[in-house]
Amino acid sequence: MDFLRPASWEEALAAKAEHPTAVPIAGGTDVMVEINFDHRRPDYLMDLNRIGDLSEWEAGEDTVRLGASVPYTKIMENLRTELPGLALASHTVASPQIRNRGGVGGNLGTASPAGDAHPALLAAGAEVEVESVRGARRIPIDEFYTGVKRNALAPDELIRAVHIKKADGPQQFSKVGTRNAMVIAVCAFGLALHPETRTVRTGIGSAAPTPVRAKAAEEFLNAALEEGGFWDNGKIITPSVAKQFADLCSAACNPIDDVRGTASYRRHAVGVLARRTLTWTWESYRGTRRASEGAA
Amino acid sequence: MRVNFTVNGRPQEADDVWEGESLLYVLRERLGLPGSKNACEQGECGSCTVRLDGVPVCSCLVAAGQAQGRDIVTVEGLADFAKQRSCGTGACGGTSLDEAKRWQAEGTDSQTGEGTELAPIQQAFIDAGAVQCGFCTPGLLVAADEMLERNPNPTDADIREALSGNLCRCTGYEKIMDAVRLAAARQSEGV
Amino acid sequence: MAANGAPTTITQGSQTKGGIGESTLRPDGTLKVTGEFAYSSDMWHEDMLWGQILRSTVAHAEIVSIDTSEALAMAGVYAVMTYDDLPTEVRHYGLELQDTPVLAHGKVRHHGEPVALVAADHPETARRAAAKIKVEYRELPVITDEASALAPDAILVHEGRKDEYAEIVPHQNIVHRQPIVRGDVAEARKRADVIVEGEYYFGMQDQAFLGPESGLAVPEEDGGVHLYIATQWLHKDLEQMAPVLGLPKDKVRMTLSGVGGAFGGREDISMQIHACLLALRTGKPVKIVYNRFESFFGHVHRHPAKLHYEHGATKDGKLTHMKCRIVLDGGAYASASPAVVGNASSLSVGPYVIDDVDIEAIALYSNNPPCGAMRGFGAVQACFAYEAQMDKLAKKLGMDPVEFRQLNAMEQGTIMPTGQPVDSPAPVAELLRRVKAMPMPPERQWESSEGADVRQLPGGLSNTTHGEGVVRGVGYAVGIKNVGFSEGFDDYSTAKVRMEVVGGEPVATVHTAMAEVGQGGVTVHAQIARTELGVTQVTIHPADTQVGSAGSTSASRQTYVTGGAVKNACELVREKVLEIGRRKFGSYHPAWATAELLLEGGKVVTDGGEVLADLVDVLEGESVEVEEEWRHRPTEAFDLRTGQGNGHVQYSFAAHRAVVEVDTELGLVKVIELACAQDVGKALNPLSVIGQIQGGTIQGMGIAVMEEIVVDPETAKVRNPSFTDYLLPTILDTPTIPVDVLELADEHAPYGLRGIGEAPTLSSTPAVLAAIRNATGLALDRTPVRPEHLTGTA
Repeated sequence: MDFLRPASWEEALAAKAEHPTAVPIAGGTDVMVEINFDHRRPDYLMDLNRIGDLSEWEAGEDTVRLGASVPYTKIMENLRTELPGLALASHTVASPQIRNRGGVGGNLGTASPAGDAHPALLAAGAEVEVESVRGARRIPIDEFYTGVKRNALAPDELIRAVHIKKADGPQQFSKVGTRNAMVIAVCAFGLALHPETRTVRTGIGSAAPTPVRAKAAEEFLNAALEEGGFWDNGKIITPSVAKQFADLCSAACNPIDDVRGTASYRRHAVGVLARRTLTWTWESYRGTRRASEGAA
Repeated sequence: MRVNFTVNGRPQEADDVWEGESLLYVLRERLGLPGSKNACEQGECGSCTVRLDGVPVCSCLVAAGQAQGRDIVTVEGLADFAKQRSCGTGACGGTSLDEAKRWQAEGTDSQTGEGTELAPIQQAFIDAGAVQCGFCTPGLLVAADEMLERNPNPTDADIREALSGNLCRCTGYEKIMDAVRLAAARQSEGV
Repeated sequence: MAANGAPTTITQGSQTKGGIGESTLRPDGTLKVTGEFAYSSDMWHEDMLWGQILRSTVAHAEIVSIDTSEALAMAGVYAVMTYDDLPTEVRHYGLELQDTPVLAHGKVRHHGEPVALVAADHPETARRAAAKIKVEYRELPVITDEASALAPDAILVHEGRKDEYAEIVPHQNIVHRQPIVRGDVAEARKRADVIVEGEYYFGMQDQAFLGPESGLAVPEEDGGVHLYIATQWLHKDLEQMAPVLGLPKDKVRMTLSGVGGAFGGREDISMQIHACLLALRTGKPVKIVYNRFESFFGHVHRHPAKLHYEHGATKDGKLTHMKCRIVLDGGAYASASPAVVGNASSLSVGPYVIDDVDIEAIALYSNNPPCGAMRGFGAVQACFAYEAQMDKLAKKLGMDPVEFRQLNAMEQGTIMPTGQPVDSPAPVAELLRRVKAMPMPPERQWESSEGADVRQLPGGLSNTTHGEGVVRGVGYAVGIKNVGFSEGFDDYSTAKVRMEVVGGEPVATVHTAMAEVGQGGVTVHAQIARTELGVTQVTIHPADTQVGSAGSTSASRQTYVTGGAVKNACELVREKVLEIGRRKFGSYHPAWATAELLLEGGKVVTDGGEVLADLVDVLEGESVEVEEEWRHRPTEAFDLRTGQGNGHVQYSFAAHRAVVEVDTELGLVKVIELACAQDVGKALNPLSVIGQIQGGTIQGMGIAVMEEIVVDPETAKVRNPSFTDYLLPTILDTPTIPVDVLELADEHAPYGLRGIGEAPTLSSTPAVLAAIRNATGLALDRTPVRPEHLTGTA
């Protein structure tokens, strides 16, 4: 095994081009466990910690450019307003120690369906900025996950940043685990309301081979909200709409039975989370609406 | 490969490090600092918690090479670290009367560690009965000390959240809660 | 610093004056908080090698061939060993039955069984070499449950058994069977107005001590070996190690290193023999440290159990009879299974009066992971089931569950189903009263001015509910655990106590082989020496095999038995000291000859308080030392057909009240409070007592809501050997644990004390289950209860 320590992004890209099997390591959450437990012996380990740019973020007009290695703790502390869904998801990642080192780049690189960041990224809308010596490109989050623990990266590419849409409405994230902290998702759900476009977006974790959106549920809810004038009248969403949304979210799952939970439970729980997060975000939306009307 | 970094204020060098070694392994097996514990080596127990450039991390998940040039504090250096911190905040203009009383009569016993100067959180763990087998203790101490640095008056829920990455199998955590509350109370009383 | 293998000597500091009854602080506390305490995985030796074990990847197979040539050829590899390389003809060991091969021979019987050993100069070299050993398996059908084990044509896990139970068990895949029959169940059943039946399942729990199995074996010049090891019982290890190493016992020296928890999981041999074999083979010190994955295969677990119970009661709430059948899965090797069977059967009635019982407990041989000792030892599984039955009965009778239990509670004088009278306090009804009387935790603690605090809710940080679906439930349970080794076992301990003047002060040194695994035995020994010998300074000598056996740190027995041995040795030392005093100073005061004399505050005093001499003067130029065995009252074996016999020496009782909040839609549970009341006889160290009760309580909670080793029923392979998927409670999962300690002396025990470590683990689990049933209205007949079971999605 060789240990590569690129001092800059350009050096990292060159190294990755030269050694496409090199395994990038930043927070170490996934890679070190595989090494410690003898599950993986890469020829090259490439440390990305020396590339300061990866740990920085920048809030622009419409999006936040989040460096791949910005630790979850920083997201929780600094980006609650811009990225509320991702901040909530970050808070559920493993333990404080791991949140201090792990970042979204690791979740994306591993592309496990159980990665906590995925549902929030799917719901918010995001693009993954990847680069190789051949050039840079942005992969829409919906096209990023290609299979179980597989993503759209080419062998010579590295993840540099994620461009996430700044919240224009309430967002929520919930995850089920059988422990109250430090637990891998049995299933997870992210929901973002986008009042500007009068749409909602969802993200489901750990309930399909890849993180997925519940598109039929989104379309149903978009239509139901539009039809009932909910965005304007701010009425409480009727239980039947919430239930149908929840059912469609459950139906979007394609889960398996495993040691963490049954497929049947995952489907059920995603439905419950969908209903609850819809209630929480919608209540919050109504609250902000009232407040802004009051101010006006 | 060769790795250089600072541990508890002292420069350290490790040679012939296998590239897959963790910082934890290097500390324990190459630098003679076995205080950080190897309970799970998968980031699920917190027993190996150290501060890496001030931030609590699981040293089992840091590749040794990633520690190059960094500054590390382990449980072995916690007392000094805490002392320097309290001096840094102007809280220690020489030895306090209480300290003098406590330490005057005792030398350091190399066999039992008695007479060793301890960080407040270390003393609180002993006093509250938070130590049983003690295997989780070093990691908990590093994590708890850092929490009290950030949040001197934590609620119970704050303590639980901050320590939720540190497993203990002996105590049921109640005495650990007591110890952290005790350390916080002593800290706020300036003891 | 002791990391080079030197054991840690512990001296109780002069700031602590405490004798028994005081909450003196741990003598090893400072070392443990500074990181200097030398655990077994911290051992280091110049020029040492690393040992690695190659384990079977399948659960049941014939070994067709093993090829070690590639591994042996690797640079940095010093030795590779298989069964054929073992040094003597004795190649099996075991706690009770010698059925476990040092390395697999011809066949592997469970997933993760040791097949070959490697010693190399770096752990990675050792791992790579182990990976290069080629083992060809021919897989056999797996035995995974009662049906597959006891089928008439079932493959026998162990062919040709010659152990003491082989002749009496009805099937050779049964390790041991213990029936208990008392009274006339058929007749008593006629008096029952209500009858309840239940079939319960208790999952496989892991001890999950945090300090992995580890140790350092150092070859010695005389051809022997010195092992620095974390274990629960040095002498039992030695007894099993010496024959397979081909060494006389005196050439196998053992010193206890720091032990990172045990809970039963270190009662069996893990890497002890393997490290010594490699050290003897290579002539170099060899260190073995399991990682967490290997640890799940490296020690036995708590027996999973299927329990079938029938109880009857009259309409006024008196129990009429009980029938039960308990099937424990012992896995591939016997370990402590026979004794676990004895406990499960003899304690299957619980702390209740039932005169007519028909009980059967068996342990199976299977290809599942071997199971053996874990805190609560057979009594835990039974308690889960009989307490569920008590709630069912109370409900059927329309009675309050606590009152129903109190109505049937045993007391001093009650006859156990084994025919043995309970001859010390058994305050079962009182413990229930106390635990029920504790104030209830406030409702809806998650509500705050800033909205719901998810940390106080089911789901915790995962943000699954802000109060939706959350229902509170309350449940009670009480249990009975035996203390000490039972069934006629010669359960003794040895203490060596010396008294002398050091640096102008009288100092006592206590030397035992007791394994301090975190429980605080070293604290208590120093307290006993102070109380008995009137000194302040007590040195606790490192535990090793240079002194007689202390027995195991298990069965809640160490404070009783080794504490008893220390007390006894101190008393003998005191007599000798007084002899010296009489010889030196007898002529100066008549009280030397006539009065009852004590040692207090560094002086010889009369029982009237008159000071006769300073201990320093008495001991000047003298040193008094006594090594003596001490044993508790003998017990008897249970009759193999009727289960009758005075099998236990003491019982321990605890009761719990659990308050839980359940997210009934998601099936997530938050335990809000686990209140405990326990009789401890006499609290030698109240702080440690509370610590034991709280720790035991949470281990019981773990198996109620999250902990379980999952074994694939098709392959008998372990599916979750990691802390990612074997979940232990975090500090955010654990409730507050108020404890009410009762001290009713047992006149047969030293200071009236009662073993305490295990009882709280028993009643905690059923109390949590009862509370979840109370919140959800579901029957819940298995533990741990998972979200699937609460949401109909299993």
